[in-house]
Amino acid sequence: MANTFLEKTICYHCGDDVISGGYVIDDKQFCCNGCKSVFQILSENKLCSYYNYNQHPGATRTRTDKRFDYLSEPSIVSELIDYTDEQITIVTFYIPHIHCSSCLWLLEQLNKINPAVHYCRVDFLKKQLNIRFDHHKMSLQQLVELLDDIGYEPLISLQDIIKKQNSGTRDNLVLKIAVAGFCFGNVMLLSFPEYFGLSVYEQSFKHFFGWLNILFALPVVFFSGRGYFISAWQNLRKKVLSIDFPLALGIAVLFGRTVLDVLTHTGAGFGDTLCGLVFFLLLGKFVQKKTYHHISFERDYRSFFPVAVHIIEDTTERPVPLSQLKTGHRIIIRNNEIIPADAILLKGDALIDFSFVTGESIPVGKTLGEIIYAGGRQTGEAIEMEVIKPVSQSYLTQLWNNEAFTRKQDNRIQTFNEKVSKYFTIVLLTIAFAALIFWLPSDAKRGFAAFTAVLIVACPCALALSTPFTMSAALSIFDRNRFYLKNTRVVEQMAEINTIVMDKTGTITTGDNDSVKIAAVLTEAQKALVYSACVNSMHPLSRMICQYLGNTDKLPISEYMEVAGKGIIATVNGHKLRLGSGKLALNVADDAVNMTRVHMVIDNKYLGFFAFAHRYRDGLKGITALSPAYELFLLSGDQDHEKVELSGFFTDGQQMYFNQSPQDKLDFIQTLQQMSRKVMMIGDGLNDSGALKQSNLGIAVTDNVNNFSPGSDAILDGKSFSKLPSFLRFSKDTVNIIHFSFLISLTYNLIGLSYAITGKLSPLTAAILMPLSTVTIISFTSLATHFAAKRRKLT
Amino acid sequence: MSILYLLIACSVSLALIFLGAFFWAQRSGQNDDLYTPSMRMLLDEEEEEIPPEK
Repeated sequence: MANTFLEKTICYHCGDDVISGGYVIDDKQFCCNGCKSVFQILSENKLCSYYNYNQHPGATRTRTDKRFDYLSEPSIVSELIDYTDEQITIVTFYIPHIHCSSCLWLLEQLNKINPAVHYCRVDFLKKQLNIRFDHHKMSLQQLVELLDDIGYEPLISLQDIIKKQNSGTRDNLVLKIAVAGFCFGNVMLLSFPEYFGLSVYEQSFKHFFGWLNILFALPVVFFSGRGYFISAWQNLRKKVLSIDFPLALGIAVLFGRTVLDVLTHTGAGFGDTLCGLVFFLLLGKFVQKKTYHHISFERDYRSFFPVAVHIIEDTTERPVPLSQLKTGHRIIIRNNEIIPADAILLKGDALIDFSFVTGESIPVGKTLGEIIYAGGRQTGEAIEMEVIKPVSQSYLTQLWNNEAFTRKQDNRIQTFNEKVSKYFTIVLLTIAFAALIFWLPSDAKRGFAAFTAVLIVACPCALALSTPFTMSAALSIFDRNRFYLKNTRVVEQMAEINTIVMDKTGTITTGDNDSVKIAAVLTEAQKALVYSACVNSMHPLSRMICQYLGNTDKLPISEYMEVAGKGIIATVNGHKLRLGSGKLALNVADDAVNMTRVHMVIDNKYLGFFAFAHRYRDGLKGITALSPAYELFLLSGDQDHEKVELSGFFTDGQQMYFNQSPQDKLDFIQTLQQMSRKVMMIGDGLNDSGALKQSNLGIAVTDNVNNFSPGSDAILDGKSFSKLPSFLRFSKDTVNIIHFSFLISLTYNLIGLSYAITGKLSPLTAAILMPLSTVTIISFTSLATHFAAKRRKLT
Repeated sequence: MSILYLLIACSVSLALIFLGAFFWAQRSGQNDDLYTPSMRMLLDEEEEEIPPEK
């Protein structure tokens, strides 16, 4: 086999292979003009240290046809900026390419390129750049163009969700924890003398300490613990007994008892238990709240569409924000731009790539006068179209009017915590009242003491902590394996799943096409023959062969037959060609595993084969092996070209469904749910978003987490696709751990109760029991979760 | 032992000052981005000459 392996040169800027030469400055090779021009800008401004911190820090710049002139439209500008006054404007951009220290260094040196920039600060984890600039010397458009010129194109979208979610989540939980911790420490210190015993002549301190304890308990109850009262009250009004109710009750009773004991000089009160309880509870809340600053789970179609579109009005072109786009507008769509609304083609050659909407990867040609649905991406020359429906009512966006999007998420599974806390509260109240009634006739004081003691000691602190600590440990394990969950509830939802529905294109197939290898030596003439035969076929393998061979001459075909799932038999330019499986070309069955081969026979002479490494993601076999424990389905938006290849994984007719529209997918999920199945949907594109939303657990698969992925419960990096079975098993382990830690916390509660119902609960017992149970639960859950992860081979 | 009253008052007010300092730090956004400064400090402030290529 001829192996022509040229010495590989790598682009100095982005690290991609340099395919065609010609872009050279100072002995440095570049892959394209874009990369070269970035280097030129940087070297002119003496910013070449950019290349010293990291090797090849840039992003490839093969496409330089971006247009930002819509940023001159004041209505759009005002939506994007954070602040503006007479002199300066402040704006925050989300820049997906921020990934290394070079990026950080360069973006904070913008001032050297253009002095109008006063200040720029990068937030590395959020991938955000905050810029303050003089808008008299530089417009927003110029600023964005500058960023684009140096290879950092900001992502500007209509639905700036990342910015919104980052600003929305700022609450004062940390401050509440600080206050609770501060009071907890001080109260502990002041309670020690009481526990160790005060001599008779130190009694005056006792009251002093008691008063101080009340003083410290005040901010804990009314500032730190306020959230529990509010949420308990709201849930009561909705007639739900949530875990917050016994917690709020516990806090209230602890505070009441403390005040009463101190005022009546009957005891030291439970100040330390109270502060400790609130402190640990808030800590649990804190670890549960995991935020991914750079990922959004709430995207809809608006984030996929451009901010503005160019319309033609009286022969002049001007940008218009999408929201102002009306029926009858004449829009112009250039190469690689997305069509934002259903429109009629008026002028130009339309070749539309609908891969994101339908999953069909092959671009479709459209003729003049045809309606083109929104969401398609034009490839080729600029086209002119007339809008026939506003953006919000187009074929694609109609999906969002489905009830799955308007309805509150009531199809979600109740978490273990929610299920248990209802019964827990009822049992707790029963025991408390039973103790009260039991003691009341003989000793009213003791009855009251027993009643409050039960509520204090059985306060489900450990129960409330077991879920957050287990889940946050689980979440960080998922995170390390590049599986990003929206929140901790998702883990429990995953454990309940029994049906898995998958999309095909982009979900179980990978996006890249460079997996073609040729095991044959072809002359140019033979290449042309093969190309001419394959170019007629819509089969993905044929498309890949054509792409591999590149553009050669198209030769006349006299005879052409495509055998479904087998290959092509054709007569090209007088030569007989048989291309396809071993069965078709050689009449022997193919025994190659893990790859598909297309054999070539020209004029009865065997030439060799093309080998296609499986375009399916690694681990698809492992996922199909989940059946019959899980029921598996494949829904595909495109034609059944690949039916034969896929039949190794799924059975046709029962598990595979082709030609599914976005609405079909949603309906399919709904039907499964009506058969009371818990459905997990795995998809990647906008066409799956309805199904993702409808399912009990929607997972978006993406090869680049920072890229757009549809709104979902979880986002899975394509590289970790093979770990999905482990993820499923691990989620079940996690739920088991929660169950077990619930048992532990119940044991502690029972021990405490045995003291409490006698009415003889000393503050010391409570002060020991509460932190002890908390520490046990926290250490058990985190250890057990990490052990389970190890067992499932998740690092 | 009455000195204890004073000592406790001192310790509590000292702790309150620290709590206040933390409040201030949190409010003024000092804890918003805890990662980027660690990278920033490794970068050189001003470059005089372009260092030799690797």
